[in-house]
Amino acid sequence: MRTMRRLLATPEGAVGLALLACLALVALFAPVLSPGDPLRIAGRALTTPFSDPAFPLGTDRLGRDVLAGLIHGARTSLAVGLAAAAAALAMGLCVGLAAGFAGGLLDEALMRMVDAFQIVPGFLLALAFVSVVGPSVPVVVLAIALGAWADPARLTRAQVLSVRERDYVAAARVAGMHPVEIAVREILPNVLPPVLALSAIIVAAAILTEAALSFLGLGDPNVVTWGSMIAEGRNVLRSSPWLSIFPGIALVLTVVGVYLLGEGLTRALSGRRAAA
Amino acid sequence: MAGRPEGGATDALPTAHKSAAGGMNRALRLIARRALASIPVLLIVVVLTFLLLETAAGDAVDAYLLSIGGGDASVAQSLRAAYGLDQSMPARLWLYLSSLARLDLGWSVAFDRPVRDLIVERLPNTLLLMGSATALSFGLGSALGILAGARPGSFRDRALSTVSLVLYAIPSFWLGLVLSIVFAVQLRWLPTSGIETIASGRTGLARAVDIAVHLALPVGTLALIYMALFLRVMRAGMAEVWGMDFVLFARSKGLSRMRIVLRHVARNALLPLVTMLGLQAAAMLGGSVVIESIFAIPGFGRLAQEAVSGRDTALLTGIIVTSAVLVIAVNLLVDIVYALLDPRVGATERGA
Repeated sequence: MRTMRRLLATPEGAVGLALLACLALVALFAPVLSPGDPLRIAGRALTTPFSDPAFPLGTDRLGRDVLAGLIHGARTSLAVGLAAAAAALAMGLCVGLAAGFAGGLLDEALMRMVDAFQIVPGFLLALAFVSVVGPSVPVVVLAIALGAWADPARLTRAQVLSVRERDYVAAARVAGMHPVEIAVREILPNVLPPVLALSAIIVAAAILTEAALSFLGLGDPNVVTWGSMIAEGRNVLRSSPWLSIFPGIALVLTVVGVYLLGEGLTRALSGRRAAA
Repeated sequence: MAGRPEGGATDALPTAHKSAAGGMNRALRLIARRALASIPVLLIVVVLTFLLLETAAGDAVDAYLLSIGGGDASVAQSLRAAYGLDQSMPARLWLYLSSLARLDLGWSVAFDRPVRDLIVERLPNTLLLMGSATALSFGLGSALGILAGARPGSFRDRALSTVSLVLYAIPSFWLGLVLSIVFAVQLRWLPTSGIETIASGRTGLARAVDIAVHLALPVGTLALIYMALFLRVMRAGMAEVWGMDFVLFARSKGLSRMRIVLRHVARNALLPLVTMLGLQAAAMLGGSVVIESIFAIPGFGRLAQEAVSGRDTALLTGIIVTSAVLVIAVNLLVDIVYALLDPRVGATERGA
């Protein structure tokens, strides 16, 4: 609760939280706000925005409602972004914890693996992965996570190495605690804060990667995404640029919200640590 | 953890020329060791990429037969035998690794050409695009970062920080589309796509100008976004350096603010920026896929997209391996620059 109050006291945190709360509400209540399939043909094709009260943001080439697409697209963007970031953080934490705690040959092997994933462009990897396995939401989530877990893994390992030799870990060892229990109960909680500080950047990158993948036509074809709406609008870019512009604005607002919230959280947490 | 942070805690960095020879030696030793260490990593990349693309349902022969309107099983069989696709997986992996050692990246079925030739043909365009964008964004970003970091907390700082935050949140492909709507469609100042006017017969300077005009929008798009990143890193680095003892000392000596900002604070904040260059190399190569798709630039990234749509496994593997080598090379370069800028790097690494 105190962290929350500190977060709201920073301008970044307040604005970021407000932005993301609005988006989350829109995403949660998408079926209420805009009932029916957003991919269905709703009206006349290429209605200009602000001209027809039934379609406030107009319609696309096939007569699909742009506002409905934006509302339902928020679901995909947020869900994929959060799920991919969570998967990447979980993978990174496991690998980093194992490497830092075990040391020796396992550490060496795992870190060369991390190196390998860091030198391959994450987007190329995601592209290859989706094209091999086929586009669907879980595959896209996994593809993005594959390109994003290396950074948290490296950070976790560094943190583990700095914590491993502390007195309370030695005490747990002397007390006869099982190594896995030491890793989870004693080391993990002290490793988590800096890794979580990285999570905002990972979520933002995941949202942008998802958008780029679906822009290239490698997203799930059965759900509406902002990236695929931009790609669809690109076909009539000269005559109806708004079709590509609106989903892009939604993307920018989302990512700005994530960055701001991340900055606010970092500030709120560091303030708490300084006060303690 | 308490105590002085080690990085950048000296007064201004010792200049490189004092120990130019020693610096060069250290740098060379560093390169040799790093290059050796990157071989097993590269091997992991090759094997994992190979295994991933192996699992694909359908191979290049299927895609090729589909594109020519189908063919019977015997045609497919003979094609597979011709491309070596009918052997067992370990055998093919071994074949791939041994031909890779001879710098042979295999045969692209989709283009009916050697993969290496395709990559060599496309890579210069991407390197030109990325190089110009990096140079522009590094210069602009660090300059604006100094402006913002000169007085942390000032109005100028907050304005620049906010603008850079928003810029960095923009997806590159969308910014590219918006810029081309404004400058190519509405204002008609710049061409929308391509890397040069096709069959214009231009040579020399005229051709260079033509390419520059075509690259203005894609380079501008990438530069704006990466400028925001460099600005933020520079600004954050400066904000950290301001609190250090040697800055307080410089202030107490009564040095002018301008001198403190440029000679002491900005100079020490520049090193993280160089590190950032290396870290961004992979992201930039990945980003080239969408940017080259937007502006129809026949480069490396577009080749990756063409490989995906043509189900060209050999080409895609070649692209991923090449990009890994490129990223390693950029990071080696960054290490060298770093060793030349900061004499502490590598000096203590001999025993490590």
